[in-house]
Amino acid sequence: MLIEVVNVVILALLAVTALAAVRLNDLFAVTMMFGIYSLLATIMFVVLDAIDVAFTEAAVGVGISTVLMLGTIGLVGRRARKASHRPILPLIVVIITGAALVYGTLDMPRFTDPAAPVHQHLGPYFLNESPDQIGIPNVVTSILASYRGYDTLGELAVIFTAGIGVLGLLGLRRRKRPGHEGGAR
Amino acid sequence: MILTIVLATLLVGMTAALIRAIKGPTVYDRILASNALGTKTILVIVVLGFLMGDPSLYIDIALMYVLIGFIGTVAVLKVSEFGDLGQSRSRTEEDHS
Repeated sequence: MLIEVVNVVILALLAVTALAAVRLNDLFAVTMMFGIYSLLATIMFVVLDAIDVAFTEAAVGVGISTVLMLGTIGLVGRRARKASHRPILPLIVVIITGAALVYGTLDMPRFTDPAAPVHQHLGPYFLNESPDQIGIPNVVTSILASYRGYDTLGELAVIFTAGIGVLGLLGLRRRKRPGHEGGAR
Repeated sequence: MILTIVLATLLVGMTAALIRAIKGPTVYDRILASNALGTKTILVIVVLGFLMGDPSLYIDIALMYVLIGFIGTVAVLKVSEFGDLGQSRSRTEEDHS
C-alpha cells in the first residue's frame, strides 16, 4: 500500500516535470528539469528494487548528462527559438501513436501479477539459482552483471563511442602551444 | 509508522520544491529548488531502504547521489556565472597568447 502511494506520487511528479521541460522557454531551466526528472526516476528504480539501474541513472542522468547539456548551452545560447510551424499535426500523430501503445498494453498482464508468463519461465530460475550461482544478494544486479554480461559490455562500447562523439562535438580541444598559430579551427 | 510519516513529509516537500523549480522566476530559485530536491531524494532513498529491509545497499546509492549531485550543482553554477563551462575563456586565452 505504502509503495503504491510512493509510486503514484513519484509518477505524478515525473509527469509534471516532463510537461514543464516541454513548456519552459529557458534552456537552462529545461536542463535543470531534466536533472530533476533523473532524480525522480532514480526513486522509481529504487522502489522497483533495481539498485544498479538507480546507480546508473544517478551517475549518468544527474551528473554526466547535465554537464554535457550545460556544455551544449554554452555553445548554442540559452533561449529556445520560436517554433516556425504549428505543432498540431505532430501532436495528432503523437496522440494516435500513444493511444495505440496504450491499447497494446491492455493485453499485457497486470503489474506485479504473479501468474504473468514472464514470471513463469525464467523468473523463478533466476530467483532460486542466482544466489548460489552468482553469489550476489540482489537479483537485478546478478542478471545485469553476469547472466547478460556480454550485453552490458556491448552497452559500454556504445556509450564509450557516443562519449567520444560528444566530446568531439563540444570541442573540448587541447590548448594550442604558443608559436603554433593557424591550426584547425 | 514514524518512517511512513517521514516519507509522506518528504514527498510533500519534494512537491513544493518542484513547484518552485517550475515557477521560479530567477535562475537561483531553480538552482536552490533542484538542490533541495536532490537532498530530499537522498533522504527518500534512505527511508525506502529502511522500509524495504536492507538499508546498507540503499545507503550506498545515497552516498553516490551526494557526490554526483555536487558535480551537477557546480556545473550549473559555473554556467550561470560565466555563460558556459569554460570553453570560451580558454579560447580567448588562446587568442591573447
